[in-house]
Amino acid sequence: MPLLDVKDLTKNFGGLAAVSDVTMHLDNNELVALIGPNGAGKTTLFNLLTGVIIPSEGTVSLQTDKGLQVLNKQKPYKIAAEGMARTFQNIRLFKDLTVEENVLIAMTDKNKEGFLESIFRLPSFYKKEAALHQQVVELLSIFKMENQLTTLARNLPYGAQRRLEIVRALATKPKILFLDEPAAGMNPEETADLTRLIQQIQSEFHITVLLIEHDMSLVMNLAERIYVLEYGKLIAEGTPKEIQGNQRVINAYLGGGD
Amino acid sequence: MKKNLKYNAIWLAIAILGYVLIYALEMVGVIDQFAETTLVLIGINIILATSLNLVIGFSGQFSLGHAGFMALGAYSSALVTSAIPSVGGFLLGLLVGMIVAGIVALVVGIPTLRLNGDYLAIATMGVAEIIRIILNNLKITNGPAGLYNIPMLANWSTVYVLVVITTLIIVNFVHSRNGRAVMSVREDEIAAESIGINTTKYKIIAFVLGAAIASIGGALHANYIQTINPTDFGIMESINILIIVVLGGIGSITGTFVAAFLLGILDMILQNFGTLRMVLYSLALILIMVFKPSGLLGTWEFSVRRLFTHKKAKGDAE
Ligand SMILES: Nc1ncnc2c1ncn2[C@@H]1O[C@H](COP(=O)(O)OP(=O)(O)OP(=O)(O)O)[C@@H](O)[C@H]1O
Ligand SMILES: [Mg+2]
Repeated sequence: MPLLDVKDLTKNFGGLAAVSDVTMHLDNNELVALIGPNGAGKTTLFNLLTGVIIPSEGTVSLQTDKGLQVLNKQKPYKIAAEGMARTFQNIRLFKDLTVEENVLIAMTDKNKEGFLESIFRLPSFYKKEAALHQQVVELLSIFKMENQLTTLARNLPYGAQRRLEIVRALATKPKILFLDEPAAGMNPEETADLTRLIQQIQSEFHITVLLIEHDMSLVMNLAERIYVLEYGKLIAEGTPKEIQGNQRVINAYLGGGD
Repeated sequence: MKKNLKYNAIWLAIAILGYVLIYALEMVGVIDQFAETTLVLIGINIILATSLNLVIGFSGQFSLGHAGFMALGAYSSALVTSAIPSVGGFLLGLLVGMIVAGIVALVVGIPTLRLNGDYLAIATMGVAEIIRIILNNLKITNGPAGLYNIPMLANWSTVYVLVVITTLIIVNFVHSRNGRAVMSVREDEIAAESIGINTTKYKIIAFVLGAAIASIGGALHANYIQTINPTDFGIMESINILIIVVLGGIGSITGTFVAAFLLGILDMILQNFGTLRMVLYSLALILIMVFKPSGLLGTWEFSVRRLFTHKKAKGDAE
């Protein structure tokens, strides 16, 4: 039984089938990559899976504590609460809030602080805030960002902003983490760091990762399985070795397909 | 934990000191009746503008109908205290006003807070206008003539205490789980939803809390001025409250205080200039918009904690 089961997922933007008939699955604790040329529909697929846009057709179902749940047509915040977390291709941090606040907000659901408790600043409020603070520090220290708690997100260097977005997603304690081009705009050194980090996340948090990435060396190093998207359609699926030797994939990337 | 206690004690000391200061100035005659009225109006404006700032500055929703909620508070309190002219009646009036304003905000907020920016401003403006028209036509509110001889149950100290309490509620709210979620909605709704924040819910929470606090400002207005009528709560009043927020800095409670004081004092000085007052008012606003679009203080806040940690950090460096 797969953790995430996607059947015949389709999204039409007017006449354009940005994602068409995609059937795929993710298993527990897997690291899977999603690749494809520019405009292939990768980000659109992420948006469909996380509820940001509603599919024209098809279903997305997730194995949860309450059994198999159909996620599509649910609000994004509900899908997130079920354990699907993501980052964005164009970083979307809470820019005018601090690093700590960015992470704390992702813990809103786990934080049982009451309205009156916080208005009246009862001792229990301070206790809960202190416990949360501790968790934030622990999480940030994995990413070596524990010294930037009070920095505004907008003032972080680019690479740190990408990392913070990953921390924020992890703070929701997800089952699946969707990363949309996490290495985009990074230098080789930062990319190498990120590669190690993704491996570390996956083994430490025991979660499934679906990764969109154009950096082929990163993909081939990390992924256990790869899906290839072209013009909205899945054209191949397999291990890095299989994908490297797949003629359709080579054509798609060399543009010799048509 | 001990530190928190210390900061809270300092805030309490500042609040008491402010009270004693006004009290002393009143005793020695520096603050006369006229100055006292100015202070009271400034205090009421602080309550109205901080509550609007919660909605505009912290949840990022542009509301143009704050006077409507003020009106609900004013009429609730006026009616209750006219029937029960005592401190207990005033407290009951406050409570009734907060509940009425809160419920109206909830009913209005659920459909309208799904709208974005401009539509929301127009919708909230419409709601305030509907409230005004209803007050203008009901028998119990005495129609266009309004209510008069409302018992004077609010004085400067009532206003002072309520300014302190409402500011505390807003500031504590902002720096809590719910308040942070509200700010995430302002920052980026899509990102907020992606980490499990029900954005509509938090917009509504801020809107309802803002409305309930605005009703307190209305109640104080009614029980201090002693006469109210529907024209007091028109679009101009909503705009006046908005001006304070924009001038002080959208998202800065400290800025709202500063702006409310500046405008209150400007108002007092310009008292005898009649219509010229509005021209100067508008001019001040235009100048701010041109030279400092983020308001006098931007999003800066005064903080006792920072004051102390700053000093300590400096001390360590030396
Ligand atoms: N909201 C939208 N409305 C209309 N068309 C859209 C919308 N979003 C995406 N598209 C189109 O859908 C197609 C797929 O876009 P998408 O962003 O998913 O590609 P991608 O694989 O993520 O590309 P890249 O590698 O450049 O990020 C593109 O042709 C894009 O122009
Ligand atoms: Mg993309």
